[in-house]
Amino acid sequence: MLKRMSALLLVGATVMTMAACGSGGSGPASSGGGGGDTLTMGFSQVGAESGWRTANTKSVQDSAKAAGIELKFSDAQQKQENQIKAIRSFIQQKVDVIAFSPVVESGWDTVLKEAKNANIPVILTDRAVDSADTSLYKTFLGSDFVAEGKKAGQWLVEEYKDSTETVNIVELQGTTGSAPANDRKAGFAEVIGADPKFKVIASQTGDFTRAKGKEVMEAFLKSNPDIDVLYAHNDDMGLGAIEAIEGAGKVPGKDIKIITVDAVKDGMQALADGKINYIVECSPLLGPQLMDLAKKVAAGEQVPTRVETEETTFTQEQAKQALPSRQY
Amino acid sequence: MTAPTGDAPVTSPPRNPRAGRPAAALRHRLFWPALVLALLLLANLLFTPGFLSVEMKDGHLYGSLIDIFRFGAPLILVATGMTLVIATGGIDLSVGSVVAISGALSCLWVSGLADQQSAGGVLAAVGLALGLSLALGVWNGFLVSGIGIQPIIATLILMVAGRGLAQLITDGQIVTVNSDPYKLIGGGYWLTLPFGVLIAAAVLAVTAFLTRRLALGLLIESVGGNATASRLAGLRSRGLIVTVYAFCALCAGIAGLMISSNVSSADGNNAGLWIELDAILAVVIGGTSLAGGRFSLGGTVIGALIIQTLTTTIYSIGIPPETTLLFKALVVTVVCLLQSAAFREKAFHLRRRRPGAAPASADEKVRVPA
Repeated sequence: MLKRMSALLLVGATVMTMAACGSGGSGPASSGGGGGDTLTMGFSQVGAESGWRTANTKSVQDSAKAAGIELKFSDAQQKQENQIKAIRSFIQQKVDVIAFSPVVESGWDTVLKEAKNANIPVILTDRAVDSADTSLYKTFLGSDFVAEGKKAGQWLVEEYKDSTETVNIVELQGTTGSAPANDRKAGFAEVIGADPKFKVIASQTGDFTRAKGKEVMEAFLKSNPDIDVLYAHNDDMGLGAIEAIEGAGKVPGKDIKIITVDAVKDGMQALADGKINYIVECSPLLGPQLMDLAKKVAAGEQVPTRVETEETTFTQEQAKQALPSRQY
Repeated sequence: MTAPTGDAPVTSPPRNPRAGRPAAALRHRLFWPALVLALLLLANLLFTPGFLSVEMKDGHLYGSLIDIFRFGAPLILVATGMTLVIATGGIDLSVGSVVAISGALSCLWVSGLADQQSAGGVLAAVGLALGLSLALGVWNGFLVSGIGIQPIIATLILMVAGRGLAQLITDGQIVTVNSDPYKLIGGGYWLTLPFGVLIAAAVLAVTAFLTRRLALGLLIESVGGNATASRLAGLRSRGLIVTVYAFCALCAGIAGLMISSNVSSADGNNAGLWIELDAILAVVIGGTSLAGGRFSLGGTVIGALIIQTLTTTIYSIGIPPETTLLFKALVVTVVCLLQSAAFREKAFHLRRRRPGAAPASADEKVRVPA
């Protein structure tokens, strides 16, 4: 469950990273904060639970190399205690910056205070912590899931702007209670709520997995004969649902329009094939942006406490162009 | 399945001479689980009028009932294996991991084929995955009977390590395949019926034959009752235990093929996650004792169907995801309470038999131990 949550949570960080990469990556690591020649960063990753996460790890590792930052990488294998151990070990090794993607939201105060006392700045990536004391970390670099939900809603409003008939929508939510599921649902509901012709007739969790997405969609198709639109909180659930729709003798992308979030390779392929209509991107490639921030905080510069990763969207045409160079 | 129990006339004159005793069907071990299954299906009918209708679509059967069987088939398989393990007094927590490993290995093999449509290549992948599953089951059995580790610990090792192994196989990625022969296993149809259901039915039939027509079932129950006594009586209980763990893992392996085939992809992280708990629940709902020594395959199938029907019900009638677990817990609690003879005695019989309660209960005390 944590894996799925993390996968979704990570989704937002794409476009800014690329922009930041060009400018931030070129400078030599002259601003090393710890007094050494090169900047050392300790990075504690959640795990390797999805293609999204693997791409995220690779992005961090590659951009550290490109930026001349020495990276101490640790994989927490989805466990908070591993992550706390890793952070303590980073403090002992006196790294210049600590960055990590928290496995869970709570329980970080003690170890973050230790880092603060050791004068090591901390950057959160991709997921937030719920600590009341925001001085414990310098900045949080991650995507805005509410904005993703809104983008999905906006496309739908645009698509049906000339129609006056009721649009029946079914929604496949992410893991119940996870931030991406809550926020993507809320952002979407906010946008489509303005027009009463949009009706969400069924909404269930598909746990961010293909198998569940298919199973839930099968049930939706039987209990609701008249479905116009499917909104899935990630590509994988959408891909499972496509199989269910095809099994029911309908044409995904035509009989039932499909919107998903993430833009992983398999999802982009389905988009290019016309089975999905629209994908809101959530990119894992936040490494360059992270390195840029790391240099700034190590040099003592002020950074915004919340840095959002820029995200784009894909139509079927754009997917065809982007697909050949898709990394994950 | 529900017909015989549904017809059971609760108010019919008792055939049994003892006054106040319920009809024979009511006392059947599977009556209560079957009743719950029937009620669940009927409840669906109230919310979704066409719930029980089955139609032909694209040359195969289509409908909610078919869905329940199709998505329930992997659980039925895993629970069948689990039933035999539990009958020996053991438990196998590693089935979920074996599901993930089997799906991961076969999908990886198929994805590496030059021609993914070749039936031979898919068969090789299936053979490889089932072979590994079998080996993992033998490993479990060896730990339990050879070294004498408690089953819950022995299989916990593979439960934890196995998911890591599945992730290692898939490299943490979701492996997508595009192979029609592979798709047949869990997502295809044969003679209008879902192929996965046919596989599950075949495995069940073989298991039922081996355990109920041959002596194997008796031997398993004997080992579960008292392994030492069985060995002293001349049974090779060690070999039997290894066999049931291997069989259980094999069932899980087949289920893993079905689950991955159904969505044409292997997800090492999520495939079969928590299926061991559902399987144990199905076994228990079906009336098999966790203490070992007796088992009911029919009960396990009903138990698995109850769990799958419950899941489908939640989707169909639109129970909000936040309350899904609570709803499931309530239904399962009701099933377990209904299953408990002691609870039924308290809840129903006392009230009904108040006039002649004393002699009837005295009579019962004599009868039960016999």
